[in-house]
Amino acid sequence: MQIEEILTAHKDSERDSLIPILQEIQEAEGYLSREAVIRVGKHLDIPTSRIFGVATFYNQFRFEPTGKYHIQICRGTACHVLGSSTVLDVLEKQLKIKAGKTTRDGLFSIEVVACIGACGLAPVICINGEFHAKVNPEKIKQIVETLKNQNS
Amino acid sequence: MTNKLEKDKKFLIENLLSEKPVNKNIEDSLAEFKNEKITVPHIYVGAGTCGLASGADKILKAVETYLKDKKITAVVIETGCIGLCSSEPLLDIQIPGKNRISFEKVTEEKVADIIDKILNIELPDSKILGQFKSPKMLSWENVPFIHEHQFFKKQMRLVLKNCGIVNPVNIEEYIARGGYAPYLQTLRKKSSITVCDEIEKSGLRGRGGGGFLTGKKWKFAAGTESDQKYLICNADEGDPGAFMDRAVIEGDPHRLIEGMGIAAFGIGATKSYVYIRAEYPLAIKRLKIALEQAREYGLLGENIFGTGVNFDIKVKMGAGAFVCGEETALINSIEGKRGMPRPRPPFPAVSGLFGKPTIINNVETLANIPGIMENGYKTFAAIGTEKSKGTKVFAMSGKIAFTGLVEVPMGTTIREVLFDISGGIKDNKKFKAVQIGGPSGGCITEANLDIPIDYESIIKAGAMMGSGGLVVMDEETCMVDIAKFFMNFIQSESCGKCIPCREGTKRMLEILEGITKRPSNDNTYSALERVNGVIQLEKLSTVIKETSLCGLGQTAPNPVLSTLKWFRHEYEEHIFDRKCAAGVCTELRIFKIDVSKCTGCTVCAKKCPSGAIIGGKKTPHFVVQDKCISCGACVEACKFDAIEIL
Repeated sequence: MQIEEILTAHKDSERDSLIPILQEIQEAEGYLSREAVIRVGKHLDIPTSRIFGVATFYNQFRFEPTGKYHIQICRGTACHVLGSSTVLDVLEKQLKIKAGKTTRDGLFSIEVVACIGACGLAPVICINGEFHAKVNPEKIKQIVETLKNQNS
Repeated sequence: MTNKLEKDKKFLIENLLSEKPVNKNIEDSLAEFKNEKITVPHIYVGAGTCGLASGADKILKAVETYLKDKKITAVVIETGCIGLCSSEPLLDIQIPGKNRISFEKVTEEKVADIIDKILNIELPDSKILGQFKSPKMLSWENVPFIHEHQFFKKQMRLVLKNCGIVNPVNIEEYIARGGYAPYLQTLRKKSSITVCDEIEKSGLRGRGGGGFLTGKKWKFAAGTESDQKYLICNADEGDPGAFMDRAVIEGDPHRLIEGMGIAAFGIGATKSYVYIRAEYPLAIKRLKIALEQAREYGLLGENIFGTGVNFDIKVKMGAGAFVCGEETALINSIEGKRGMPRPRPPFPAVSGLFGKPTIINNVETLANIPGIMENGYKTFAAIGTEKSKGTKVFAMSGKIAFTGLVEVPMGTTIREVLFDISGGIKDNKKFKAVQIGGPSGGCITEANLDIPIDYESIIKAGAMMGSGGLVVMDEETCMVDIAKFFMNFIQSESCGKCIPCREGTKRMLEILEGITKRPSNDNTYSALERVNGVIQLEKLSTVIKETSLCGLGQTAPNPVLSTLKWFRHEYEEHIFDRKCAAGVCTELRIFKIDVSKCTGCTVCAKKCPSGAIIGGKKTPHFVVQDKCISCGACVEACKFDAIEIL
């Protein structure tokens, strides 16, 4: 039960620890489950609705588990100018899911991020923390195919 | 800690960080720390986020494998980003007695050959970026110097001085290069008001985009009585297209820590936070290591070096909200609330974090401070223009030959930055515009390329400095699409607290979407709404600008207004001709089937989601324009290249 460990580490904490706690839980479990949010509310003595209000405000927090391969696609200005919208379209078509969702087999999930900060190598995607620079539709198809084959 | 580290620490503290004047006879020992005098080969790999994205991790593995196989003793150092992203991954090698030499666009296969040849004092057959100049070492023959490279020649690197050159998580090297001495001198010899004064006289202005005099801002907080004050470093670089803060933290975190130390002393803060984006895991990691090292040396904590000053830094991760770059929203976010701005006054300098006086500075602003303290405010004030002093780091991206970070004195023209330093437009295409200042900024066109870069001139040209991201666009970029992109970004990042921003940006986005789409049915009110929207677009912009609560809303219409000002003809082309010359707005494309090429295989007709393609088997097909939704599925499906895009 990782949540308990995280909360123990944040003993006697105040409201300002809310976001770090949620971040740590998401880091450990991949997403924020309903139970986790309720548990954090009890710990910090904040109504669950308030916590949910904070968590939904920030882009970082997810309420559904991610896929085995979590694909973050950068949609910053430089990536957009160099064609990241086409890359996103291809990705959505290929995996048959919309951004923000997870495939039914639990293999892939897509997340759109504002800017990864590697604008010099746009367009950029990041799969499970590993960056791929200068991607184009062909490259993305290849990457997804390779990952699919590894798991078939 | 090992004995050697303890010894090094003692040596550095005694000779460089104590109250005694610096001992001149230790140059030789310092050269060791600075890697200027080495006994074994040193191998440096540029491993910032951009370096890793282009494959630096594979290069590192290849280097380690090679050294292990050949049983060679060498020091491998992961540096930050030197700023030339388009040449990454970079591999530098320095052998005893010779200048450090840098190779660009290195691949795994080349690694062994490069190291092999260099160790034998030969030049490998791999693209050389250049060699670093060093007074004490022999240079390589027929190898150009890095500082003479087109990209670096005109730059003036103050903030990025160490980036890509030093080991970012080696405090010894930072101290040996003169770091932390200005910080301790300040704590020992100056009063907080002198510090604020000097920074004000240096003319340093906020590098986050606002351009407010930093020293003046500090004085507000310094002059407010309180039992507790806070300093916050804003490293939430949410502006898409800017990455200088990330590069500074990944490449030289100690410079930021030192700048924060001086700033906190100036305003009388004992606690501070770095609010950094969660999207920058590597920067967070390196910053945390650097903070540990600074604590180890007693540069942070209680009673620093016996001066009686207490100061510590906490790292807070941002959770991905662009609006948190606004200072009051950022404060709310640190307090664990939704990151929504509040009206000012009271300004944070009077009542900020937990109701206490708080100063918020951007990373680049703080990274400038140690340099000002070290070389004196007059030196800094001598750089730049009358009202904008010092240098500015720009993040170059988009359709430009050399992408990366450029640091130039204020007053340099945009043309110089674009064409002399960054090598002009990629693939010899025609320059169209450069977008500066992110979602709150605007476009600079051919007509304004010769304006000097300073806060006022850029505002006059209808853009704003912002955090300094320059996204270059060529003839293949559609400006209406760019405006739509920014509107989309702002609309989803608007916090929703005030109506003009929440609803207004949504309407603006709808209008822009209407312009970039083919009307599905001209018989309904959609056409009327589209016209109405177009007529109201400018008025709506003005209302949003004047009535929004915070900077995000007040500057939200800028990209639209700026593109309207310079590229009105593109809007007109979209509205009246329903055409996008750049071919970016896919929904305006018109498809036509080339009768001579079509074999009548019916694949396109089957793929068409709206049933817009008709034609019998083995006879040429036709596109019914009224039904076509310009999705492009037919083009992808056709094996005979028979479908043209008009």
